[in-house]
Amino acid sequence: MKVLVAIKRVIDPYVKIRVKGDGSGVETNNVKMTINPFCEIAVEEAVRLKEAGIASEIIVVTAGDSSSQEQLRTALALGADRAIRVDMASAPEPLTVAKLLKAIMANESPDIVLLGKQSIDSDNNQVAQMLAALTGRPQGTFASNLAVEPPNVLVTREIDGGLETLKLALPAIISTDLRLNEPRYASLPNIMKAKRKPLEVLTPEALGVVVGQHQQVLEVMAPPVRQAGERVVNVTELLDKLKNHAKVI
Amino acid sequence: MENNQLVTLIVADHDNQSVSVDTLHTISAAISIGSKSDMDGEVLVLVAGHQCSDVVSAVGQIDGVSQVLVADAAEYQYPLAENLSELIVSLCQVHRCSHVLAPANTFGKNLMPCVAALLDVGLLSDVTAIESADTVVRPIYAGNALARVKSLDAIKLMTVRSSAFDAASSSAPSATITAIDTVIESTLSQFVEAQKVVSERPELSAARVVVSGGRGLGNKESFSLVEQLADKLGGAIGASRAAVDAGFVSNDLQVGQTGKIVAPELYIAVGISGAIQHLAGMKDSKVIVAINNDPEAPIFQIADYGLVGDLFEIMPELIEKC
Repeated sequence: MKVLVAIKRVIDPYVKIRVKGDGSGVETNNVKMTINPFCEIAVEEAVRLKEAGIASEIIVVTAGDSSSQEQLRTALALGADRAIRVDMASAPEPLTVAKLLKAIMANESPDIVLLGKQSIDSDNNQVAQMLAALTGRPQGTFASNLAVEPPNVLVTREIDGGLETLKLALPAIISTDLRLNEPRYASLPNIMKAKRKPLEVLTPEALGVVVGQHQQVLEVMAPPVRQAGERVVNVTELLDKLKNHAKVI
Repeated sequence: MENNQLVTLIVADHDNQSVSVDTLHTISAAISIGSKSDMDGEVLVLVAGHQCSDVVSAVGQIDGVSQVLVADAAEYQYPLAENLSELIVSLCQVHRCSHVLAPANTFGKNLMPCVAALLDVGLLSDVTAIESADTVVRPIYAGNALARVKSLDAIKLMTVRSSAFDAASSSAPSATITAIDTVIESTLSQFVEAQKVVSERPELSAARVVVSGGRGLGNKESFSLVEQLADKLGGAIGASRAAVDAGFVSNDLQVGQTGKIVAPELYIAVGISGAIQHLAGMKDSKVIVAINNDPEAPIFQIADYGLVGDLFEIMPELIEKC
């Protein structure tokens, strides 16, 4: 079985982001970048499928400029077999990413497509669903468990009320949630080996995809700042504040 | 598809018995598009389900709803994205919709991107403010930045954050009810089973008071301290990712960037350090209380009232005296 994993390069989630003063966006110069945590979980799941003898080949793909090669090499070091970078000067919209992935799926015919459920920068949570709709394949979003039972895959999803399990006919599109697995760290020998694994660069044109624009970001602002609070010394003082000052209980 | 008239379709989230509170907030948001754009318009609500007439009557009584479109069939028992997305696309065309809205919960997030892709348009996710018919504000980077975004599409699709809008009110039945015959059944996706958490406590996203526990509680048994305080205050319980990962509570209680976003009157964070991702889910709460034995914990930076100390001493006293 072939597994296609899509990943995204994002600002490290533990970094405190800075909104640029001119409203044009978030500062990314000299800021630590990493694989989006949910995408990392997707790579890990693919590697586990390979280790279990279910997957025979893992292809990792990203859409971005040459700096995103770093994240592809990390994914190769974690266990992917080959990588594809679709060259894009700036971060594409989710619908564009979905169209690029659809074109790659047509070339590669994967049985399972794994994506992170959302990227921690744009927080959209759209690509997997859009890809499923464009390709007419079933989707299993927010997956916390996968069980491949050919010709199907059972996906347990984390939903608002608890958990839900769906049976999807392969090929299926799956987006990963936090508790699907705990990703491994790349070992140094694997990092070295990854440098020799194939990495192909494609363009939207070569894939027959027209890059449209559906949204315009007019401004990026810092959120309202909460006023600093106060320390209370004991339960009595806390209750007094809540009952008599804030009046919430 | 050019459209000069405001026709907003809301996809109702429900369990075939009652309509979700999230849907009421979404309907409010939909109505506000009219006032923000100074245009009159129609608000239609789609209820797709099975034996869902109670939901239909409830929706029909919501102020501002002009029409309820009902698709009641066994195939819609469970809201599969593959079934509902095609149905919504056909309704958009029939009713010449200018906007389609759904709550930004797992139901809406699972479904709306599919609708967008089928219509070849973008989706504005997790909208926290509607400024006009085509411009919204939405959080990015776990709410550490806000983006003002304009949709360039002829039909605008949005998922709406409940905590950013009031809930629509209900009075007398006023909407027309229209039955939809279209039944779409995907052969590729099948519902197998669900494990739903049943609780007597208020729902996390709608509660006025939330008591939330983190890693500091140490184990599953100690989480009862959170539950006892919540029950005394008539509130809901929530948890940090760490507490869910450690198995103290189930995933549906997770508050945070990728879990539930809440904005209650009172949020009490017990043994929660205050990671960026957790703050994203609760920093819009009206009053925040933090109880933690680490005076440097980031949660104290956003708490209105911070109590540094051992929660195992503080909590029993708080439960007794509150």
